[in-house]
Amino acid sequence: MSTTADPFHSDNPIYKNRLLRHRIGISLSIFAMAFGIGFLFWILAVLLINGLGAIDIEIFTRTTPAPGSEGGGLLNPIVGSLLMVGTATLISTPIGIFAGVYLAEYGHESKFAQITRFVTDIMLSAPSIVIGLFVYAVIVANVKHFSGWAGSVAIALIAIPVVVRTTDNMLQLVPASLREAAFALGAPRWKVATFIRLRAVKAGVVTGILLAVARISGETAPLLFTALSNQFFSSDMNRPMANLPVVIFQFAMSPYENWKSLAWGGALLITVSVLGLNILSRSLIRQNKTT
Amino acid sequence: MINIATLSESSPVSVDDLTPVIHVKELDFFYGSFQGLKQINLDIYERKVTAFIGPSGCGKSTLLRTFNRMYDLYPGQRAKGEIVFNGRNILDKDVDVNVLRAKVGMVFQKPTPFPMSIYENIAFGVRLYENLSKGEMDERVEWALNKAALWGEVKDKLGKSGLSLSGGQQQRLCIARAVAVKPDVVLLDEPTSALDPISTVKIEELISELKEDYTIAIVTHNMQQAARCSDFTAYMYLGELVEFGETDKIFLNPTKKETQDYITGRFG
Repeated sequence: MSTTADPFHSDNPIYKNRLLRHRIGISLSIFAMAFGIGFLFWILAVLLINGLGAIDIEIFTRTTPAPGSEGGGLLNPIVGSLLMVGTATLISTPIGIFAGVYLAEYGHESKFAQITRFVTDIMLSAPSIVIGLFVYAVIVANVKHFSGWAGSVAIALIAIPVVVRTTDNMLQLVPASLREAAFALGAPRWKVATFIRLRAVKAGVVTGILLAVARISGETAPLLFTALSNQFFSSDMNRPMANLPVVIFQFAMSPYENWKSLAWGGALLITVSVLGLNILSRSLIRQNKTT
Repeated sequence: MINIATLSESSPVSVDDLTPVIHVKELDFFYGSFQGLKQINLDIYERKVTAFIGPSGCGKSTLLRTFNRMYDLYPGQRAKGEIVFNGRNILDKDVDVNVLRAKVGMVFQKPTPFPMSIYENIAFGVRLYENLSKGEMDERVEWALNKAALWGEVKDKLGKSGLSLSGGQQQRLCIARAVAVKPDVVLLDEPTSALDPISTVKIEELISELKEDYTIAIVTHNMQQAARCSDFTAYMYLGELVEFGETDKIFLNPTKKETQDYITGRFG
């Protein structure tokens, strides 16, 4: 019995060579994946180790501490970030969706739409510090003070192309047959574009908005020149406004231990919210596929 | 209303008691520089089912899509000639295609329910041209779903998404949606090719019921289907109308040899 050869063993040299190449390829892919994921988990681990200690009720209830004073929290930058990200979302969502619908509906016919799409792609990869400088020059330098409004406009400019592109891409996925079916009932074009096409991908469009929010909630550079920061609590959008990214930037490089700890706490807060938004948007996309 | 002259021209059989609803005359169609239809002449008769058969690419869907000017959506496609419907050449530039499409409904190969509830799927088209009260709309929705033999299956879940229905039910929903706006003509573009045999039978039964009230033009790849549910059949090949006449005659005693070859499966 022991001499019986395994019927599924092959000594064919071509097959063996192919098997070897397959194994090398798979190993390289696994290594590359582990390398990338490893860094991600490393970052998360460092954040959790350093940041968890700073998360307590005070971080949400007290404002940023003055230099040399004990304790303190991040109430003012949390509120500032929420206000500015919220305002930026309100500005960028309608503009982004309308522009996306325009591109998907008329993008193949008009030169203007093609140029818009091209410029949107450039805006998507524009360095955010350039956008910060632009808003500084156009708004801050003219009204002669930093403000929450200026900060909102700066991050809205970053969010708009993200919403435009995802809306456009999602709408392109709607099968032509669905559009034709709506036209076949005698529906005018704007109704087909909004009531049928946009509605068919609404989860995808919401995902685009969530991704845009995730993107802008961590932006630092455009806020440095526009909202600046504020060590006191303020919900006045017309004045300089504290925000998490800039406070993290300032506090992390400070000599005070409590500031450094707050910076880690703030970094953890942003990361957890961005992670939450990404998970939410993924589950929405899945929901879109099943309905 | 009977136009004897055109009738005797276009059909070899006696159809004196029939009214042509759509009159196609010397129709050419172009996809860019490619000519998809060549000099088509035929009549679609009122409250009859006209089937279009022929191999893939012969132009039968193209012809169907000229009746509601669906091709308008695509730049580069154009039609030349005459399609007279309601006393007007619908190929004229000043014809409002939205109004035309409300009178000439269409159902497509793949079921295309809108991403909304079953009720809203029907109401969407009705609202485009009529201002109905809630009660009237409820009645219309029930009426249309009954016409499409779907009411019994969905009456308890009108608020559910149209996408939750099975393929065959979705297709009947699309038929209900087309019928709900009360068109004169319903165009069916291979309406059963994505469905299972049982759903296909239901749709075919539906077609014979619908012709009591509507004029129907159907494109099909299934010759038995054309034979079973149509009154007139047009055989097309390479963009030309080879033969057109009463379905019985086309299937039992075609005039042209090409038609005979295609119908008996000896084609190509």
